[in-house]
Amino acid sequence: MTIRTAWICFNGLLKRELLRFVQQRSRFFSALVRPLLWLVVFASGFRAALGIAIIEPYETYITYEVYIVPGLCAMIILFNGMQSSLSMVYDREMGSMRVLLVSPLPRPFLLLAKMLASSLISLLQVYAFLMIAWVWGIEPPLWGFITALPALLLVALMLSAIGLFISARIKQLENFAGVMNFVIFPMFFLSSALYPLWKMREASEWLYWICAWNPFSHGVELIRFSLYQQGNLQALLIVSGVTLVASVLAVSGFKPQHAQR
Amino acid sequence: MSIKIDNISFSYGPRKALCNLNLELKSGQFNALLGPNGAGKSTLFALLTRLYALQSGEVFIAGHSIHSHPAQVMRQLGVVFQQSTLDLDLSVEQNLLYHAALHGISAREARPRVTRELERFELTDRLKDKVRTLNGGHRRRVEIARALLHQPSILLLDEPSVGLDPATRQQLNHHIRQLCNQQKLTVLWATHLIEEVQEDDPVIILHQGNVLASGQVSSLVNASDSDNLNDLFQQLTGAEQ
Repeated sequence: MTIRTAWICFNGLLKRELLRFVQQRSRFFSALVRPLLWLVVFASGFRAALGIAIIEPYETYITYEVYIVPGLCAMIILFNGMQSSLSMVYDREMGSMRVLLVSPLPRPFLLLAKMLASSLISLLQVYAFLMIAWVWGIEPPLWGFITALPALLLVALMLSAIGLFISARIKQLENFAGVMNFVIFPMFFLSSALYPLWKMREASEWLYWICAWNPFSHGVELIRFSLYQQGNLQALLIVSGVTLVASVLAVSGFKPQHAQR
Repeated sequence: MSIKIDNISFSYGPRKALCNLNLELKSGQFNALLGPNGAGKSTLFALLTRLYALQSGEVFIAGHSIHSHPAQVMRQLGVVFQQSTLDLDLSVEQNLLYHAALHGISAREARPRVTRELERFELTDRLKDKVRTLNGGHRRRVEIARALLHQPSILLLDEPSVGLDPATRQQLNHHIRQLCNQQKLTVLWATHLIEEVQEDDPVIILHQGNVLASGQVSSLVNASDSDNLNDLFQQLTGAEQ
């Protein structure tokens, strides 16, 4: 494999994901409805009940809506990542994985390129959500949209890799409902997406520790800090490490056997 | 290009799907793989295309082991799966260019090839149409055109005529035979329909994961006490049941 063939292949994968994304507009809108409901309905209701003290990276008191926006960005990525990884293992997209796997390019490259391509498409949805949130009055610094980009991409890769690893290993998770109940919801609720971890600690020490160990929490914090143009070395190291380990495990454990049954 | 299957077996858990298969396909010819449903044809295809990992034995394609030289092998293979693998929401051209990209062929290089293959299958005017608007026969032809884009020397077709009406089926079979003659392609055509196999074809009869007979149809029929391939097939597969 040369760099040129790798680039042509990745380009082809990305273009296909983009074409599917454009053609499946209804899927795009429904993916936006979920975080918007959280922002507009849930957060508005909770605003009165939950006051957020000054915490990093925010420089002042913030409303609850401002707090949950990075978590909701991560939620969009989480749903998309799990969905696309599940379809890679169970070939939900009309046999497209079979077409991918008979390519002469090395299989680990193909899987990683596919994960990267679908992660980039996820980011389009995140930015669409951030635009709407902006209109709703959540206005992070403009440069934050740029500085958040690598963080969002890294988190998307991490979640795709975790998704691929889990769906390849755990046969019981062959439908999306299973993944929602046993992966997406626990990951999302046991994280810093909806409430700062110190609040969680006040409620329960062991819940706090679960949240603190959840890589999704670190993904959310990485997005939160980068959206406000700040670095978070701990989150960056953890997310990078988990991405690396999960990618290696996912690619080495990938068995296309499921795709044919 | 040759395909040599060397003592492969495959099981789904306790169920054996293929038992010690040894085969050699005739290079540059239309090889028929005949077997009833559940004979193991699709499992064999999945092994030849690396969708399944070999459990035992080895496959050599054009002299390369698919285990140790997958890239060289996959470059030689054009594959048409039993179930359609086209993206229905994309156009014919988009589907073909996607496949080309997966083989490291840029859109600029691929476009003349797409035109050439579609001309061969009389589908040039459908280039920009969504696959969803094509009928079953046309979809199959697009899949074959796609399998030929990277100019493979071997074409594997897993029951390509399933779901097509008899006239379209015959046409498709005829097309592939023409291709085989013109380009000296080695073709492996899996089917459960005896009428798709001709007298001078090399045929492999597969049943319950075992090769019951292999050789040229006419010599197999002559060597047995049956009148034609249909009789021979019934005799062999019936005897096993």
